[in-house]
Amino acid sequence: MDKTYPSIEEAIVDVPDGAVIAIPGFFAAGVPRILLQALIKKGVKELTLACGCGPLLGATEELTQLVKNRQLKKVIDSYGLFRSATKGLQDPFEQAVRAGEIELEVYPMGTLAEKYRAAGAGIPAFYTPTGVGSIVEKNTVTNIVENRKPKETKVFDGEKYVLEYALKTDYAFIHAYMGDKEGNLVYRKTSRNFNHVMATAGKITIAEVENLMEPGEIDPDCVHTSGIYVQRVLKVPRIGFAITID
Amino acid sequence: MAKKFEGLPREMIAMRASKEIKDGDYVNLGIGIPTLVSNWIEGKDVILQSEIGMTKTGPLAFNDDIDQDLINASCQPVTELPGIAYFDIFDSFSMIRGGYMDVIIMGALQVNGRGDYAGWANPAARGLDIGNIGGSMDLCAGATKLFLTMTHTAPDGAPKIVNEISFPLTVKGKVNMVFTDLAVIEITSEGPVLKEVYPGLTPEDIQSVTEPKLIIAPDLKEIEL
Repeated sequence: MDKTYPSIEEAIVDVPDGAVIAIPGFFAAGVPRILLQALIKKGVKELTLACGCGPLLGATEELTQLVKNRQLKKVIDSYGLFRSATKGLQDPFEQAVRAGEIELEVYPMGTLAEKYRAAGAGIPAFYTPTGVGSIVEKNTVTNIVENRKPKETKVFDGEKYVLEYALKTDYAFIHAYMGDKEGNLVYRKTSRNFNHVMATAGKITIAEVENLMEPGEIDPDCVHTSGIYVQRVLKVPRIGFAITID
Repeated sequence: MAKKFEGLPREMIAMRASKEIKDGDYVNLGIGIPTLVSNWIEGKDVILQSEIGMTKTGPLAFNDDIDQDLINASCQPVTELPGIAYFDIFDSFSMIRGGYMDVIIMGALQVNGRGDYAGWANPAARGLDIGNIGGSMDLCAGATKLFLTMTHTAPDGAPKIVNEISFPLTVKGKVNMVFTDLAVIEITSEGPVLKEVYPGLTPEDIQSVTEPKLIIAPDLKEIEL
């Protein structure tokens, strides 16, 4: 079952305006930069990028380009703003968030991880202790006031828990160190982060891989993501990047 | 109002907090002063978990040792210790929420005498009433012991140990100890107990920059480094 695509343009050819796309990466590590760059070139608009922990802060050039092209409708993240408020005040993304031109919906990181995991595992919603006592328990945390929907809570064994929903995405863009033509993936060190759960959450999962292997070349005991979750595979070069966020 | 008292530098706040970490502890350190705690645990049989997905995170990496696929949760390049293990993000947060961490150390904007604290959003500074939650709320939800390291007062001199928290809350009633540049305070069911003070300062000095009424520990001493 050969899932490789000859070009990045063909791999994302059907991504429409308004698509919801999972973007893994924990700040600079494990971000599907080349797929993001292709998305910028394609110019599709009204996008929702569903993140985990600041991949767009780790890929600032791509973020700024997406904002300048007015391609973003919404970003979902646990850490979407620059650490430094001073830097944030001058940043085009934060300015757009402040102006209400882009929605930023915020969840605790572990809740996001579980939202993707649940989506991939056929579980529609789950109760978590995280956020109880904070605004996270009361309503959706977003800069767009009319989208602040109330949340449900329930008490189990005397402790309160918040109901959170699975987050299925139209696409998931994945960055892997190694992948075979049938989509079995291996990640490297901390660049694994959100890649596996997001691969399971995408209706169409597209993996950019630094090393493309034939079936049988990856040690079967070391596969991190089964090819069953991956629809498209694309060989990309290993590119260097700056490991900083402000 | 300017800062009223001189106290410990950030590194030394971290050093004092590190003394509460015992052999055998699994520890997660938040961004800021908590990250500096990692400089003070050498020689202890302690395992650092980083929510990005690893246990046995090593010291910061420089120059040729930098690997772009190996960073900590503060986006700093780090090294590997023998026995390092990598795992998926949902596994990482299963450990965190599931209560497997012995000690969690976080930074804070405000804490009160009941163990509630705020640290994820500063609406006044950003012009936004949302912020970066990151892993903070999950870490607090699963914490066995939750310590805060922070400056005793804000840059404008305002107390950060307050009666009522005005910033968006991170968690309610979970903080056990607070380490500042001026004092060590334990949060108990009776209220905040002043345990240690910066050399030269009196309990009255600490109370003058702290809103809730402090209970003075019978064995009150100078901060032990």
